[in-house]
Amino acid sequence: MDKPKIALYWCASCGGCEEAVVDLAEKILDVVNLVDIVFWPVAMDYKIEDVEKLPDGSITASFINGGIRLSEHEHVVKLLRRKSKLVIAYGACSAWGGVPGLANLYSREEIMRYVYHEAPTVENPEKIRPELKTKVEEKITLELPEFLPRLLPLDLVVDVDYYIPGCPPTPDVTWKAIETLLSGNLPPKGSVLGALDKSLCYECPLNDTKPEKVLIKEVKRPHEVIADPSKCLLTQGLVCLGPVTRGGCGALCIKAAMPCTGCFGPLDEVIDYGGKAISYFASIVDYTSEEEIEKALGKILDPMGVFYRYSLPASRLRGKIMLVER
Amino acid sequence: MKEVVINPITRLEGHGKIVIVLDDAGNCVKGYLQIPELRGFEKFAVGRHAEDMPQITPRICGVCPTAHHMASTKTLDDLYKVEPPEPAKKIREMVYNIFMFEDHALHFYILAGPDFIVGPKAPKEERNVVGVIKKVGVEVGLRVIQTRKKLRKLIEMIAGKIVHPVFGLPGGISRPLTEEAVETAKKVSDEAVDFALFTYKVFKDVVLSNKEYVDLITSNAYTHQTYYMGLVDNKNRVNFYDGKIRIVSPRGVEYAKFDAHNYLEYIAEHVEPWTYIKFPYLRKIGWKGFIDGEDSGIMSVAPLARLNAADGMATPKAQEAYEEMYETLGGKPVHHTLANHWARVIEIIYAAERFRELAYDPDIASKNIRNLPTATPDVGIGVVEAPRGTLIHHYETDENGVIKKANLLVATQHNAARIALSIDKAARSLIRNGEINEGLLNMVEMAFRAYDPCHACGTHSLPGNMPLKIYIYNTEGQLLKTIDRT
Repeated sequence: MDKPKIALYWCASCGGCEEAVVDLAEKILDVVNLVDIVFWPVAMDYKIEDVEKLPDGSITASFINGGIRLSEHEHVVKLLRRKSKLVIAYGACSAWGGVPGLANLYSREEIMRYVYHEAPTVENPEKIRPELKTKVEEKITLELPEFLPRLLPLDLVVDVDYYIPGCPPTPDVTWKAIETLLSGNLPPKGSVLGALDKSLCYECPLNDTKPEKVLIKEVKRPHEVIADPSKCLLTQGLVCLGPVTRGGCGALCIKAAMPCTGCFGPLDEVIDYGGKAISYFASIVDYTSEEEIEKALGKILDPMGVFYRYSLPASRLRGKIMLVER
Repeated sequence: MKEVVINPITRLEGHGKIVIVLDDAGNCVKGYLQIPELRGFEKFAVGRHAEDMPQITPRICGVCPTAHHMASTKTLDDLYKVEPPEPAKKIREMVYNIFMFEDHALHFYILAGPDFIVGPKAPKEERNVVGVIKKVGVEVGLRVIQTRKKLRKLIEMIAGKIVHPVFGLPGGISRPLTEEAVETAKKVSDEAVDFALFTYKVFKDVVLSNKEYVDLITSNAYTHQTYYMGLVDNKNRVNFYDGKIRIVSPRGVEYAKFDAHNYLEYIAEHVEPWTYIKFPYLRKIGWKGFIDGEDSGIMSVAPLARLNAADGMATPKAQEAYEEMYETLGGKPVHHTLANHWARVIEIIYAAERFRELAYDPDIASKNIRNLPTATPDVGIGVVEAPRGTLIHHYETDENGVIKKANLLVATQHNAARIALSIDKAARSLIRNGEINEGLLNMVEMAFRAYDPCHACGTHSLPGNMPLKIYIYNTEGQLLKTIDRT
């Protein structure tokens, strides 16, 4: 029997998801033995025409990381969808937009204007900007892909079968997901692979120090306190998103005495991760009057960056542009 | 007039594209490097809590997240006007050197290795990491993989995560090292120094003993006389973590030496309509187009530039190697782009030696790792040397530490103009009278690889080649010829 054919592609990603795959270390050789990698621009000759030549549905699974930010990303993921039995959103950016999805708080115009005209180092009296087509040497046209109006998670562009969470997914999570896919015993469409179906608190080494009902008087920002690494960070007033975030990462940030920022995303039943996180925090403030609650949570001046850091484009809010455009 | 398109060249976030324009006689008029990448980090930083920036900015690059994390953390020190305790500084610098070592070593063996260890003229099926392992032995290959794994594990123990570290905070780091981390650091640092010296031996045995390779390094096609920039300590020696930014002229004379706070006085960015990348240049000299020389503001960063911009190395074995390189190549500065590989090996030695010095420093085990900020934040500027060159972060905030403005000068950007020069020069020397020499592929690829452009992570030669293709068009847009590697 032929080995399963696998494709890997990146969109608006940082390369960290690629590093995460390489961090499988020796196991990557096992992967190479079990599957045929037919497309992986970072590691292999880029052959988009070869993908085009493949029969539809002939790739067993395409792992796609990064959000959709350029017209070119949209083109390639649609092609891969057509050619693949399974499309897997690999990593937070692909699943929900990720950190670059915070760009949806600004319009394309605002971004272009700042980056190419207003940034303090820029010297650009003629107000030049990157253009989709530029004439050079009289007759030659240089083309650039379009910077789309907003960043989209993969499933708003193509149908997605499975999700592998994390920024980036850890090698352990990646390996577990691969094992699940190779087992032939596929979970229902839309499932999250490789991670836990419980919250991060479940696997957190500090969970023993977390009281049954957490109550906080005041939120603290990480730069304001020296956290005790042996005590539940939430009880120290830090905005640790462990209670509302899917487990499976091994509580890496918490082991470094830094609160969870939610890169493994929501648990199964949650539709809007940030909304869930905000409601959780509102529920643990140990006050009843509105003014007191506001005061206690008032330190959080950037709810978007704190609660929607990895999921804004996939949220009910989508971003500021949508609101303006509508 | 004809148009030659090389698409895509490598992975530079998405992929880069090279276009070479020929005149009617078939000679190269100009080469273009297009980078199709824009995410807008500088803009969407606005509104964020400043203390989140060391976790937000690493998402610019998952290959060198530690560089952004550290530049950002240092920017927060400056923003909140808080000096970290000595032990915290040492721990940060140690982590930083582990990262530099690991990143450089990966590049040397996996990415550049095929060019030099296997050989630039070896069959392309062998010009990959498997070929490297064949040449240096399976044991060495495993040692490379295991060393990378150990170093990355150690960073994870201290910084939380390896891809996108979390431990940096204004005034220090988030927690002291565990006993296990302290002991592991010592042990791994000994191995790192051995490995670095071994790597230097491999480089000497394989590359320097081969006249053909040395001739290649010094060949004119890879030579550009530009300014060089890098961080130096108070004795003008290379430092990755801290110091002053020093720039030397193409003649090797100090042009400027300044605190990162004054970067706007010295560095400006030029915008072209045909690429998303901006081109930094020396503001006082000005943007004179894609030309080299003392009258052009184009500068270069990364290993060779750092060594050129400094007077030496701060550790003994690295200093020996430094002197050896400049003696062999005829003094400073060295303008040969391919000497970046040599410079990178010298930096591997420095990173390992500095890592060991710090791992054995008793301060590393100290619990005194944090000073809490008390000042009102306003402006912060921070700098480190990323593996691929000088990296500057600049934030302005309101009194609550919410970002109002951000400016980021990323290492690969500083080299963008010089990379364009390399492509132009390779094209000019290889394309004559309409004859497109297939060697252009190798030439461009090698010139490009020497810079280790960001994101072109070590992984990309796993099965072998950099994806390169040349399309030759006439002015009517008809495809005349395709040159492919496969």
